[in-house]
Amino acid sequence: MTINEIQNNIIEEFSFFDDWMDKYNLLIDLGKELPVIDPKFKVKDFLIEGCQSKVWLHPEYDGKLITFTADSDAIITRGIVALLIKVLSDRTPDEIIATDLYFIDKIGLRQNLSPTRSNGLLSMVRQIKLYAMAFNARNK
Amino acid sequence: MKDIAEIRADFPILSRSVYGKPLIYFDNGATTQKPQCVLDAVDEVYKSYNGNIHRGVHFLSDMSSEAYENAREKVRLFINTSKREEIIFTSGTTGSINGIAFSFGERYIKPGDEIILSHLEHHANIVPWQMMCERKGAVLKVIPINDRGEIILEEYYKLLSSRTRLVSVAQASNALGTVLPLKEIISAAHSANIPVLIDGAQGIQHGIVDVEAMDCDFYAFSGHKIYGPNGIGVLYGKEKWLYELPPFQGGGDMVDKVTFEKTTYNDLPFKFEAGTMNYPAAIGLACALDYVSGIGRENIELREKELLSYATLRLSGINGLKIYGTSERKISTISFHIDNIHQYDTGMILDKMGIAVRTGTHCAQPVMDRYGIEGTVRASLCFYNTKEEIDVLADGIEKVKSMFV
Repeated sequence: MTINEIQNNIIEEFSFFDDWMDKYNLLIDLGKELPVIDPKFKVKDFLIEGCQSKVWLHPEYDGKLITFTADSDAIITRGIVALLIKVLSDRTPDEIIATDLYFIDKIGLRQNLSPTRSNGLLSMVRQIKLYAMAFNARNK
Repeated sequence: MKDIAEIRADFPILSRSVYGKPLIYFDNGATTQKPQCVLDAVDEVYKSYNGNIHRGVHFLSDMSSEAYENAREKVRLFINTSKREEIIFTSGTTGSINGIAFSFGERYIKPGDEIILSHLEHHANIVPWQMMCERKGAVLKVIPINDRGEIILEEYYKLLSSRTRLVSVAQASNALGTVLPLKEIISAAHSANIPVLIDGAQGIQHGIVDVEAMDCDFYAFSGHKIYGPNGIGVLYGKEKWLYELPPFQGGGDMVDKVTFEKTTYNDLPFKFEAGTMNYPAAIGLACALDYVSGIGRENIELREKELLSYATLRLSGINGLKIYGTSERKISTISFHIDNIHQYDTGMILDKMGIAVRTGTHCAQPVMDRYGIEGTVRASLCFYNTKEEIDVLADGIEKVKSMFV
């Protein structure tokens, strides 16, 4: 599946629910499916510190694709990072850099993206793109 | 006293809904909502008589100046001091404390001098003193707290020394709700001739504050936490201190005579009010104080006490919920944590039920460190809240538990 096909799937999945509670229940379930980070990477170097919850994100680059694993101490945040990983993990650095993450807006998570929310979503997106850029630079 | 329906009708925002649910506003410790009369008062300034204060010879400037000085008079009466010179308008509690920390540091502090704070302080009553201490080579001393979240007075008495230059403590803890024993703190400091600053950000709105009876040397509070507009605060200082202290900001209106060689300063209180003050907010604040007096501060205290004990009862009945801050003397603030559920998760779900709470460290990281926790959920109630709302919160917490556990 392409990145945008996955984004569209997520949008469709969330569109079944009108109620916010149901959307959050879905996020909680997604959090449970998150490819969990190896405990040895749950260290400061891989910590994306938001004001409210901690997120650890680890990139593994095999020369072609970047695979992300992650964890958070808050379950909703774990759901949000799981969505990002669904969309952006196992992609090439170029794909990751070029991706427009329109699904965030479409499923109503945009409020979580504002810099003042400081739950780390914005920092997570930034960090994923930074890793992609760094691996890209290493290639050239 | 007005009944609760009448009171709630005074606050337009309380009738709105969020995510299709009626708003339950339990974040009053962060900021309070405004009654219609405050909104009208601010509106009226801009509509009818806006003119910069203390400057113009024209009608509007005169009218604004008069309303601004009347606001000062209202504040003076509200906190009960005899001198209007002792009431300085600032941008808020943070502005007031920063100002005093700067001026006091410049005037009195030498290397090795000590400032005493408590472990309960909001960052606004820590960082300004830290900055000053760094500048002056002074040292911060911290009064420890016990497990109930109360300061340990015996430890405080031990901290007072010949190097202590000032004690600065909160009237009540924003993170835990503990009311501090100000009488004991102030009298012990005064018997050693040490002045005391009270951070009243979480005190002014919950009962009667009488600075003369309290005998504090400085008292700081914010307008927006007592149903007034944002961007206005008050610094009360005893005249003898304000007279001696240098201004913390330079600019227009605070001066007597300016030449490029030397400037002499205006009289109190204007010496500390540089630049164009937020006079519309000051006028709105005066109106908020009138509103609070109209409800009656004794009534507010009683009603909030009732809400606090009901909320404490309801929440402590929830399995796995722990309340942080269990002093006998508290403002209507309850900080709690649910076993194995991150406070951010709790807050996000409560939000979707229309319940506004604060989550995190509440700008009081040392308090969280003391308990070895990353943060709490805080419900800060005030007199316009109801027991029914507390019931919704308790049910909401049960729902949160069912979603996460």
